[in-house]
Amino acid sequence: MKEVVKCECGHVNPHGTILCESCGRVLDETQKNSKMIDMRYEGSARRSQTYNKSMIDKIWNFFTSVKVGVSLIVILLIASSVGTIFPQEQYIPPTELPEVFYEAEYGFLGKLYYLLGFHNLYSSWWYLICIAMLGTSLLIASIDRVVPLYRSLKKQKIARHEGFLKKQRIFGITNTDKQASDFEEIKRSLESRRYKVKEENGNLLAEKGRFSRWGPYVNHAGLIIFLIGGMLRFLPGMYVDEVLWLREGETKEIPGTEGQYALKNNQFKVEVYDKENEEDQTFNAAIDKVGTIVKNYQADVTLYEKEGNSLPGEDATLKKIKDHAVKVNFPLKHDHYALYQVDYKLDELSEMSFNLMNKSTKETFGTMTISLDDPKTMYELKDGYSVELMSYFPDFEFDENQEPVTKSRIPNNPAFIFNMKTPDKPKGEVSFVAIQQTLEPLGENTYKMAFAGVDTRNVTALTVRKDLTLWIFFVGGGIFMIGVIQGAYWNHRRIWIQRKDGEIWLAGHTNKNWHGLKRDISMILEGTNLNEPEDQLEAKHIGEKEK
Amino acid sequence: MAELSANLLYASFVLYLVGTFFFGGAIKEKKGASEKQQNKWAMIAIYLTVLGFVSQLGYFITRWIASGHAPVSNLFEFTTFFGMMLIAAFILIYFIYKTPALGLFALPIALLIIAYASMFPREIAPLIPALQSDWLHIHVTTAATGQAVLAISFVAAILYLVKSVDQTQKSKKTAWLEVIMFTMVATLGFIIITSTFSAMDYKANFTWMNKYDKEDVFEYHLPALIGPHEGVLMTEGKLEPLVKMPAIIDANKANTVVWSLFSGIILYGLIRLIFRKRVAAIFKPLVKNVNLDLVDEISYRSILIGFPIFTLGALIFAMIWAQIAWTRFWGWDPKEVWALITWLFYAAFLHLRLSKGWHGEKSAWLAVVGFAIIMFNLIVVNLILAGLHSYA
Amino acid sequence: MDKKQRRLIMRTSILVLLGAALVFSLYANFTKDKVAAVQKGDTARDFVLTDMDGNRHKLSDYKGQGVFLNFWGTWCKPCEYEMPFMDNQYQKYKDQGVQILAVNVGESDYSVKKFAEKHQLTFPIMIDNNNQVQTAYKVDPLPVTFLIDKDGRIVDTLTGSLSEESIQKHMERIKP
Repeated sequence: MKEVVKCECGHVNPHGTILCESCGRVLDETQKNSKMIDMRYEGSARRSQTYNKSMIDKIWNFFTSVKVGVSLIVILLIASSVGTIFPQEQYIPPTELPEVFYEAEYGFLGKLYYLLGFHNLYSSWWYLICIAMLGTSLLIASIDRVVPLYRSLKKQKIARHEGFLKKQRIFGITNTDKQASDFEEIKRSLESRRYKVKEENGNLLAEKGRFSRWGPYVNHAGLIIFLIGGMLRFLPGMYVDEVLWLREGETKEIPGTEGQYALKNNQFKVEVYDKENEEDQTFNAAIDKVGTIVKNYQADVTLYEKEGNSLPGEDATLKKIKDHAVKVNFPLKHDHYALYQVDYKLDELSEMSFNLMNKSTKETFGTMTISLDDPKTMYELKDGYSVELMSYFPDFEFDENQEPVTKSRIPNNPAFIFNMKTPDKPKGEVSFVAIQQTLEPLGENTYKMAFAGVDTRNVTALTVRKDLTLWIFFVGGGIFMIGVIQGAYWNHRRIWIQRKDGEIWLAGHTNKNWHGLKRDISMILEGTNLNEPEDQLEAKHIGEKEK
Repeated sequence: MAELSANLLYASFVLYLVGTFFFGGAIKEKKGASEKQQNKWAMIAIYLTVLGFVSQLGYFITRWIASGHAPVSNLFEFTTFFGMMLIAAFILIYFIYKTPALGLFALPIALLIIAYASMFPREIAPLIPALQSDWLHIHVTTAATGQAVLAISFVAAILYLVKSVDQTQKSKKTAWLEVIMFTMVATLGFIIITSTFSAMDYKANFTWMNKYDKEDVFEYHLPALIGPHEGVLMTEGKLEPLVKMPAIIDANKANTVVWSLFSGIILYGLIRLIFRKRVAAIFKPLVKNVNLDLVDEISYRSILIGFPIFTLGALIFAMIWAQIAWTRFWGWDPKEVWALITWLFYAAFLHLRLSKGWHGEKSAWLAVVGFAIIMFNLIVVNLILAGLHSYA
Repeated sequence: MDKKQRRLIMRTSILVLLGAALVFSLYANFTKDKVAAVQKGDTARDFVLTDMDGNRHKLSDYKGQGVFLNFWGTWCKPCEYEMPFMDNQYQKYKDQGVQILAVNVGESDYSVKKFAEKHQLTFPIMIDNNNQVQTAYKVDPLPVTFLIDKDGRIVDTLTGSLSEESIQKHMERIKP
């Protein structure tokens, strides 16, 4: 096997080289007859093309291919779009079972969607494997290209081979008798346009913006860092995602903080835009149309840190750290943790009041207030009057046996069984009281518990978040942006000028934005005797058309 | 202030419209005509465009002052802004490449976009809590700017295709080109139909049974060709629906789509009938002086300029804001996913062009697909795949 | 070392590294829900709670004994179902070195007392008023039982209702 290619200029190139790294002579037979040469990667030999023997080389070469990279992008693109047809599992109502929800909501297609696992598409094994393969391709394809590209840009000779110049897209020859003066003029003009000019035996190489060639590799590096960030998130301790429901007045430990922090909800409020309000007048038309528009969700909280080494369950000493109004877009941040306002419940019942009343005379014998979190067994009223709480159902319903039971611990629909003890009924009368409902299971009563009012409180839901990987994503994203800007907003332009007996040869190449290069050249040639070089690609297209 | 703002937007619309005709004049001049004459038409055209842009910028600023926040908070405002940035990107590209032909296509597309925008509710609405952040201005404006610059590549691609596709015989290419033309005509149809019925203040209420078997109400603003599931017309003297949809389909939206298609087909049919040519063939003579290599480069260049801006606005700024407002920087919300898809698509485009040598026509078709994805993200994702972004 | 060999080693190590990253990500992705919960083999977090009779119970005081740590709520039917069985087994095992601690997830004294009276429960019942113990044990669906051996290690985590038979079997597992 031929391991190296020796060029006529004496330079030794690696096998697979298309254009001599040094002088640019065309080495690849297939390129010799074309009118223009392929300048991608400077015609250098990509490493992968050089050897292809072992299994490792084969895998490696698979991932170096741009075709493979683009195919992976396209697969990911199509897969991602499939995942948006119906909502992902995380966005369906939390009370719904996915196996039921998709079919009920979207019919047969929904069922199919669920069965194929598309309701969790973005964390499916095959989606992750695609991303991992794309990451692999990013890394390997970059390594494979950047090294030879760097070598050939570094090694390029000022005096290029004739054939190299002739086969550039921009090329022209001028016969001139003022060679020397024009040459100097061009040189000056190139330098004033911030080209780096190198001269050797009457040959000139002017170059500008070479660093833009590194843009793709820089942005790929950024993407790889970004993907690493995504992976590190899986490490224990890097990421916390918890929810804390907190009633007004309540203090609770913040989950995910290992008992270090506690939070008190002082107040939660929802504000809406008000047509009466001077500031909000501009929005009247919109408010009329929609009804109500929410202005603010806000939980006024106090953050505490636990002092000392108290165990869970012990009354810990809490040290106040700060007060904060947690609003949407304004999380409470402290020590890597952030608390976000994400949900709420308004007017949860906290207390209910009743009057003990004689049904016929409407006379009352005192008021009792029941704390729904902490009801008592006995409520003493006026002399001789008392009420015993026999049963309490915070979230009452009748079960299959028509027995009153509670669905949960939350006082959504409180119900009570009272025993009302009065001087005339010392044994008491039993009454079942729920909202809008009174039953007298043991026969007609003389007295009743008349509803006398409620007290409510709001509940806020906060997401507790810690994400120690954020900075990695930030760095990765930043590097990507630098790379992509470097590659997109700068161009690598080169102009070769050679003096050959009575003629000046000029050839130009740019990795993109030929319009800009041509404009550069025409400005440089202004005031000289040189002809504007021809755009051979355009000439070719015009030629084709005329045929 | 709000009224001034609306007038400025209206003025800019008229200026773009007039500008389009001047761009038409600029390229209609025979090749023989002196450069000067050509330049004069083009000069007036670009002046009008810049003036229109300034006027629209005035709309933007006055509306911002009136509402207290950057007017990019609902579909009307966002789409209008997108149209404005499309014009801005065109002006930028025009001053680099000096191609009046581009204006002949860029301006009408911007006009269509702005007219389409005004089909959505235009009241100045206050910000819901999730939008109350400086990142609203930063993220949305950058994302829209990126998309607008990318859209210029579509405009150039259309120019390229209109010129390069052989209209003398029927082919797949002519068919697809007609699909693009039809889409634009149908958009125009939608605009005409919607504004006609809205001028007539057409309203028809239906009660219907939704998929949970609960009674619901629809307010139709177009006569109901397609009625809702078990829909009962509640407004007297309005059209009874021709067909009724199952509960699972939003009949009101389906009705709008059917109307747009119908009006599109009629308009398109009329054009074909009058000119007896494909729509793309009608434009072909206008672009005969266009340099294909240059147009190809414009298309590529605008992707190169737009891609970093889009990445910054629609992904990076979006992630930063999502982390602040929604507790996580990425949550696979449909809008997020479609921004990613757009990004992946243009990344694929760049790789195909750089490494596989996809220039010219292939590249032009890709640019069309890219724009289709952007429009899909703007329209379909907002109106149908409603997720967290469906604040319109 | 010649160039070819060096290249082979370089390529192999990069590919192995990437492969390992993929395996790790896939594994972590599929176990992420489990990582959150308390794991078998972990040392049980210590806690202190006061029972309905006013006695303090500190988990670490029960070193040398097995602890059947149950979290429950009065409204929770499966919890209610297993309570009598737990009580029977408590009577059998309390002298053999297995303790039952039944932690209510923070309801009112009233509800818990009524519940205990109704079922005539004899094992210590305590109320975790500010959720600290539940949070430490990452309790989510009820009921959940942690089997803690004499060395204070979590032998098993049981979610859902238990039959009398299985309670007995589990008691045997943590008997010192």
